[in-house]
Amino acid sequence: MGSLIEVEQQPDQQGFLWTRLDELVNWGRKNSLWPMPLGLSCCGIELMAMIGPKFDLARFGAEAARFSPRQADLMIVAGTLTWKMAEAARTIYDQMPDPKWVIAMGVCSSSGGMYDSYSVVQGIDMILPVDVYVPGCPPRPDAVIDAILKLQKKIERERPFAELFSGDNFDEGKGSERFVRAPNHGVPTTRSHELLEPEAKVPSEPA
Amino acid sequence: MASTTKVFEYNRGSLEGDDPLHGELMELNMGPQHPATHGVLRLRVMLDGETMREVEPDVGYLHRGKEKTCESLGWRKFFVHTDRLDYVQPLLNNCAYAFSLEKLAGLEVPERGQIIRVLLMELSRIGAHLIYLGTTAIDLGAVTMFFFTFKERETLYTLLDAYTGHRMNNTYIRIGGVYADVEDEVGREIGKWLEHFLTAVDEFESMLSGNRIWYDRNRDIGVISKELALAWSLNGPNLRGSGFDFDLRKQMPYSGYERYEFEVPVGTRGDCFDRYLVRVEEMRQSAKICRQALDLLQKTKGGEFLADDRRFVLPPKDKVKSSMEELIHQFKIVTDMALPQGEAYHGVESSKGELGFFVVSDGTSHPVRCHIRAPGLMNVQAIPVLMKDRLFSDTVSIIGSLDFVMGEVDR
Amino acid sequence: MSTLERVQAALAGREFTSSVSREGTLVLEVEPAAVWETVRRLRDMAGFDTNTFVTAIDRFPAEPRFELVWQFLSSAHADRVRVRARIDGTNPHVRTIIDLFPGTAFSERECWDMFGIRFDGHAGLKRLLMPQAYEHFPLRKDFPHQGIEPDRLYREWDRARRERPVNRDLPHTSEKH
Repeated sequence: MGSLIEVEQQPDQQGFLWTRLDELVNWGRKNSLWPMPLGLSCCGIELMAMIGPKFDLARFGAEAARFSPRQADLMIVAGTLTWKMAEAARTIYDQMPDPKWVIAMGVCSSSGGMYDSYSVVQGIDMILPVDVYVPGCPPRPDAVIDAILKLQKKIERERPFAELFSGDNFDEGKGSERFVRAPNHGVPTTRSHELLEPEAKVPSEPA
Repeated sequence: MASTTKVFEYNRGSLEGDDPLHGELMELNMGPQHPATHGVLRLRVMLDGETMREVEPDVGYLHRGKEKTCESLGWRKFFVHTDRLDYVQPLLNNCAYAFSLEKLAGLEVPERGQIIRVLLMELSRIGAHLIYLGTTAIDLGAVTMFFFTFKERETLYTLLDAYTGHRMNNTYIRIGGVYADVEDEVGREIGKWLEHFLTAVDEFESMLSGNRIWYDRNRDIGVISKELALAWSLNGPNLRGSGFDFDLRKQMPYSGYERYEFEVPVGTRGDCFDRYLVRVEEMRQSAKICRQALDLLQKTKGGEFLADDRRFVLPPKDKVKSSMEELIHQFKIVTDMALPQGEAYHGVESSKGELGFFVVSDGTSHPVRCHIRAPGLMNVQAIPVLMKDRLFSDTVSIIGSLDFVMGEVDR
Repeated sequence: MSTLERVQAALAGREFTSSVSREGTLVLEVEPAAVWETVRRLRDMAGFDTNTFVTAIDRFPAEPRFELVWQFLSSAHADRVRVRARIDGTNPHVRTIIDLFPGTAFSERECWDMFGIRFDGHAGLKRLLMPQAYEHFPLRKDFPHQGIEPDRLYREWDRARRERPVNRDLPHTSEKH
């Protein structure tokens, strides 16, 4: 059993036992994603169609669409997010327990879409960390199901036990917080608000 | 010696002597994220026990600045934004905008174009009422209705996909007509679906209309008289449910509606149940209109579906590549299509009420003002009137039966 | 009786100029102070029983700056009428018509929100579509489409995002082990 103990003490180096446990946990998580549909506008209708009879989302384990964030682990932001709604959306995201993932459905939530106006958030990744972006206006339900499958593959790559024992916090909040980008990918914009606050320089490291 | 017995204060609490059903007002916040508010609507409800004393709707959580966008984009490019107003009936919104622009331009849509528009508008109306039925029923607990109505909607989507290229938000209407003609096969499939659809509507009614729970949750809930409904600018099924017979398709017809035979259902009591019956019957009448439109399409085969005015209508692509004049027209329209000076308003009968675009032009390619008269805003406005002094569990029935879509309320 | 005759009978003795818009609707131009009485007469004597919309047009830089438009529909006669009034740009205000048509409450709030036009007598005139703390009037012509400045909210988001330390290393590329 000596070799097994050695393996146990190095969890981040692909130890047999921990990776199997990782796989088990990831298998459980990815096959039982409970979506919390944040259906804001037109994409919400396609989201409902996806949960509906033809493109059945329940086949992928995402049957229990819970409208309470406390009971869900996947937030699908479907529709345009406005600045008035942004605070509510962030509060909902914060209420979700770990592990949680976010899918930005549609171009409005991915990047602001066709609305480059005074009231629309230019992409929900301004305020939330996003795992999968689904372009489309609205994306077909098949596209969103494809996104969920991609998210499942992404969940497979996670290392819950490795983190537990190495004491490191690889990605804060498990929602890939590391991918929150600077507005406009770090490129200086020509919007006047950037000029109003001279100390608010866009960070120089790539997002 | 001081006693060491631990003594507990008995907390009498504030409920003693409290009336079980009434007390001080409690403010409850419903939304903006809520499964039953049909979009991002926030309601601040002042509750007195279970009775709602005051309800204040808070809208604007989906305000995307569409009227401002129209001023910066220009007339042609705004068609794409009109789909997303009332996103359950995109083609109807397109048509409403096109009607206003055609009034401004003084353009006449050819007959076949009008027939195709009527077909698309009525199919959109059916789709919108199916969403109303599905979502209201699931909010009140009848989960199966959601799946039934969405199954019908899926077939409708497939048909629209085959014809327009996209399931929803099609943007298929152009100034002067529609983008392309209806093919025979698509027309046949639509006809087949309409026959099946009439049996489906009978099935919906058999599930709900005689259902004790549906009846109890909708009968005499959210009553509004016709005088009050007119004063509160309600139109459409909300007004007709109260017994007022006014339908823009009959009283102020447009796009050839006077050629079609259909009835306008009118309720009696002005409650949620009557509004439900009105909408279900409207679905049947819309199917009837679609049937007649398909027959007319058969008769006018080969007709023009786009007007011929080269100031506003793009020429056919093959002519563009061969003829200089058409190329110039194409260039001019795509970059800088100007509408004549003036103002116009055209209201269409949408599934929620009167939808209209008030367009003001100064002769350039960008509007001075494009105001969207959204029926949903008036429906939301009437929420406090319908909910006054009712029990809190009636919120869901009333919101569902008022049937608004936040895309057009907030624009 | 045509629309014009009915309206002239209802507004007998009052000043207004009438024209016809592109789609054939009768348009009346009145003084802002006379709007309430005009609307009352249209409702009670000419049979216009419902209001279609209340909106404003910013005619910047022409003065008077704002042009308010009310439109009414007569269900019995199936026709419409539009009433217009021009008001000044500095401190724009006009009397409300919610006592005649309660259904104009939200439209008037929207005019306040988008243009900054006050409606005297409208209790509860607050912003409808933008957050209450918003400081600008978006539909005015001198307001850019993309917005002048971010909301208070965006500034807070931006500051919090920049100040929060974010670990951007992927787990298996960290060099500690």
